[in-house]
Amino acid sequence: MSAFPDRAQVVVIGAGIVGNAVVHHLARLGWRDVLLVDKGPLPDPGGSTGHASNFVFPVDHSREITLLTGDSSRQYAELDTLTTCGGIEVARTEERVQELHRRMSSARAWGIDAELISPAEVAEKVPFLDPSVVLAGFWTPSVAVVDPLRAGELMRERATAAGALTVSALTEVLAIVTEGGRVTRVRTDRGDVETEYVVVACGVWSPRIAALAGATIPLTPAVHQMIDVGPIAELAETGREIAFPIIRDMDPLMYERQSGPDLEIGSYAHRPILCDPDDIPSIAAAALSPTQLPFTPDDFDPQMEAALELFGGILDRPDAGIRHAINGLLSLTPDGHPLLGETEVRGLWSAAAVWIKEGPGVGRLIAEWMTCGAPEIDPHASDVARFAPHERTRAHVRARAAEGFNKTYGIIHPREQWSSDRGARRSPFFPREEALGAEFFEVAGWERPQWYRSNEPLVAELGVEDRPHEWDARWWSPITSAEHLAMRRAVAMIDLSAFSQFAVHGPGALAYLQHLCVAQMDRPVGRVIYTPVLGPDGGFRTDLTVVRLGDDAFRVITGASDGARDLAWFRRHLPADGSVALEDVTSAVCTLGLWGPRARDVLAAITDDDVTDAAFPFATARTVHVGSIPVLALRLSYVGELGWELHTATEHGLRLWDAVAAAGAPHGIVPAGIGVYGTTARIEKGYRLMGHELDAEHGPVEAGLALPRIKEADFVGKAAYTKAREGEPEATLCTLRLDGTTRFPQGGEPILTPDGARITDRRGRPSYVTSAGTAPSLGTHLMLAYLPPWHAVEGTGLLVEYLGERYPVTVARAGRTPLFDPDDTRMRG
Amino acid sequence: MPTTMDVLVCIKRVPAVGAEIALTADATAIDTRHLGFTIGPHEECAVEEAVRLAERTGGRAGVLTVGPPATEEQLRYALSMGADHAVRVDAPVADPEPEVTAAAIAGALGELPPYDLVLFGEASADAGHAQVGFRVACALRRPVVGGVKGIEVGDGRVSLRREAGGGVEVHDAPLPAVAAVLEGLNLPRYPTIKGRLRAKKAPVRVLAGPAATSGLRTRRLRHRPEARAETVLLGQGAGAAPAVVDVLAELGVVR
Repeated sequence: MSAFPDRAQVVVIGAGIVGNAVVHHLARLGWRDVLLVDKGPLPDPGGSTGHASNFVFPVDHSREITLLTGDSSRQYAELDTLTTCGGIEVARTEERVQELHRRMSSARAWGIDAELISPAEVAEKVPFLDPSVVLAGFWTPSVAVVDPLRAGELMRERATAAGALTVSALTEVLAIVTEGGRVTRVRTDRGDVETEYVVVACGVWSPRIAALAGATIPLTPAVHQMIDVGPIAELAETGREIAFPIIRDMDPLMYERQSGPDLEIGSYAHRPILCDPDDIPSIAAAALSPTQLPFTPDDFDPQMEAALELFGGILDRPDAGIRHAINGLLSLTPDGHPLLGETEVRGLWSAAAVWIKEGPGVGRLIAEWMTCGAPEIDPHASDVARFAPHERTRAHVRARAAEGFNKTYGIIHPREQWSSDRGARRSPFFPREEALGAEFFEVAGWERPQWYRSNEPLVAELGVEDRPHEWDARWWSPITSAEHLAMRRAVAMIDLSAFSQFAVHGPGALAYLQHLCVAQMDRPVGRVIYTPVLGPDGGFRTDLTVVRLGDDAFRVITGASDGARDLAWFRRHLPADGSVALEDVTSAVCTLGLWGPRARDVLAAITDDDVTDAAFPFATARTVHVGSIPVLALRLSYVGELGWELHTATEHGLRLWDAVAAAGAPHGIVPAGIGVYGTTARIEKGYRLMGHELDAEHGPVEAGLALPRIKEADFVGKAAYTKAREGEPEATLCTLRLDGTTRFPQGGEPILTPDGARITDRRGRPSYVTSAGTAPSLGTHLMLAYLPPWHAVEGTGLLVEYLGERYPVTVARAGRTPLFDPDDTRMRG
Repeated sequence: MPTTMDVLVCIKRVPAVGAEIALTADATAIDTRHLGFTIGPHEECAVEEAVRLAERTGGRAGVLTVGPPATEEQLRYALSMGADHAVRVDAPVADPEPEVTAAAIAGALGELPPYDLVLFGEASADAGHAQVGFRVACALRRPVVGGVKGIEVGDGRVSLRREAGGGVEVHDAPLPAVAAVLEGLNLPRYPTIKGRLRAKKAPVRVLAGPAATSGLRTRRLRHRPEARAETVLLGQGAGAAPAVVDVLAELGVVR
């Protein structure tokens, strides 16, 4: 081993699959003086990589995770550390059969070969399985077993051979020194290393290591129980590590895989057993390894019974003993996704909460991100910056991790809500909303009314139909459509207090925003500006509204779900000279949306200020007084109606609500939920949503959000944006209409040609439903999807695959022109 | 064919430790907050032997422990290996001093149906007093042999084999008898899934435990002075082969 260096370009902490993959890809991308340290010995330092089950199921409902898994599989295969064995998710219940159909849709959407097979076919592939308890199987031929320890070794070898890597095992990190919010030095028990970059790839220990620098990596170690039963003659005589497909027995939340002569049984069904990073034993003190805790048999007993039902033929033998049983540790996060990207400390990167199946892909993603500023795979759902402060607390992480653990193999509805640690953030309108019977959905901790039971009578009055199928109607109510129609008929008030809002001011404010935003920011005071915000490669980073409040003062308003991520992006780009102040004013401001043909009547009734179109035109902002409450009113709309966002100080909120409700009553005002704002009204207007239509893979041209002119000022992504405008787009965001069915796709489904073929554009990007929603004013169900130019033609007939069936759809609109009120006359009215 | 053998194995719940053992703040006990529990390897062999004897002779294999309800985890482990009944003598801790433990077991044996053979591990995996088996035998006035690595039963008698002074001693004793066995007596089986599920539901008979203490106290535990195992690099690649051969010859693996 070479001498411990006193300087490195980057220090990667943790030599599990993730850390090894990070150093390999950093070296490949030209980094030198890369130092990899681990407290444990090599090749197995004692983390979760050393005891993982090592199988890779490629299909996930999340495209991001599917892409990371696919990339990882390619890398494992290229390193000759992958054995393809196939895998079957088996269903024991009708609800699970439906879920397997849904997985088929995801497989088709992401282009992964898979098939639904009968119990007899399952038993053909796995002869010692009892097919009588199985209703169907989801067969994926490309399921594989990998060897992450060997892969890691090879990756280290490659980086070392490139002259880029120093590896220091048995090296404990004692401190991470920062100066001015930046990493400067790592202190270890072998000496200090000066460095500007640190990657925390420490798995279950990551929170503890990040805390050394004052950063948070919100995960908790949690137990996943596994046992090995053997020897089993049928398995032993194959002479191979794995010769039979892996079974995921989805309903009891467990899996069974061959491991040489043994059958390994793992479970996600037991009670959540969380542990603190500080309580993980040291290597010396651990009986097996630090992440293989003592088995607690009582927790596993129900799984043994379930395993006997499926594999009684080989498990119920006197010589087949439980030879190994552990409470293995893995990392759980509040939302189940990985924690990737730069933390709140500059130069300190997180590569944590990663499964074996994503490890190499994450390594590449992190290395690209650190090198180029943006990775090829959009890390939107995995960005470590996505959490609000309260979501980074131990209590929240543990509550959600405990709730999420049993969802690992669960059937998760796309609209499903969390039940733990609710009520963290409440708008000032909350008491009124509660009294109106609001059904609260959560975003970033905010409780937002999705619909109001007080509006139930409108369902019959307006003739809204229910959804006949339970899955379609789950986490949904016909009240949303009724609220929608009532808004379009008269006027609605909508709680938008969850918006993230940043105050930007100072002499450098204009130049700063010009640099981040696509739209021209140098507009008159009082102007409301919608703008895309791009990454360096021209894909969407976010989209938001900027209000110019003064020469050097702006308000940035963005969605709640991306608020924390956007704040991190804006913070990261602040000039070092102190000429710009950025302040998160989310909690200081509450927002009430007021929209509908009668909105002006309502606002005029509560303010003496002139709110006529002449005095208060579209896309402008003004302060108006509602009684003694100063209100910043923004004339814009995400629902396609005349109206305003009314912003005021949080403490005035209740008064504002009451004033609007009282003045609105004679005009037929209704409170409307986010079901209207985020789905029905939005989709009728074809408005795009970050994280759905808008992602790093698509830019404004393809999303139909290119602006008429390119501004002179330079901005992030300008070169790519300019180039994209010059050619024809490879895909166009289209609105599709579902033709006559009583089923309602909900998002994520593949769009197929009339003869059932998968659709991809020339860059290989698939066409799938990015958002779906009922359009009550149009009497139909709409979907948004990117289509390649040869399908992005209005009137074209295609198919959508939903829960195993294919339904005809028609391209109703190619591009951004709304289907409802295409000339926007209503909101300009 | 020997007569039916009813065998009782006395086991003790001990912490499953790693290479480094943490002590409590007052250094009077092992810090078990992050540890699992097990039975010692001698006792595993005792359970295996009891199960085999019972199977072979159509008798019964019981397990007994002294301690609080948590110790039933170890009783159930033994049940999952094939023992057919379990007894817990209630005590506030799993490690009363040897005299008290022995008295508790002797007392329990007075309440339980008679056993032909009572087996102990040679010494517990944690305290290692190696007293309880002998104390119980004395209390019951039965013959006892320690360090046993072979058991054969005949008609009303048992033959117990132990290694001593480079040779082998074989003791012949009338039943009922007591033996403390050593690891290596047999190769204990792993529990089966069916065994575990049966063990989980099996009843554990609970007997009242000892009231008195003998006054023996642990004052302090100390770690052994650190004896670091030195890793010696014999060389790299093919060049290391002669050195490896030397070591193997030294160990007697090759000649």
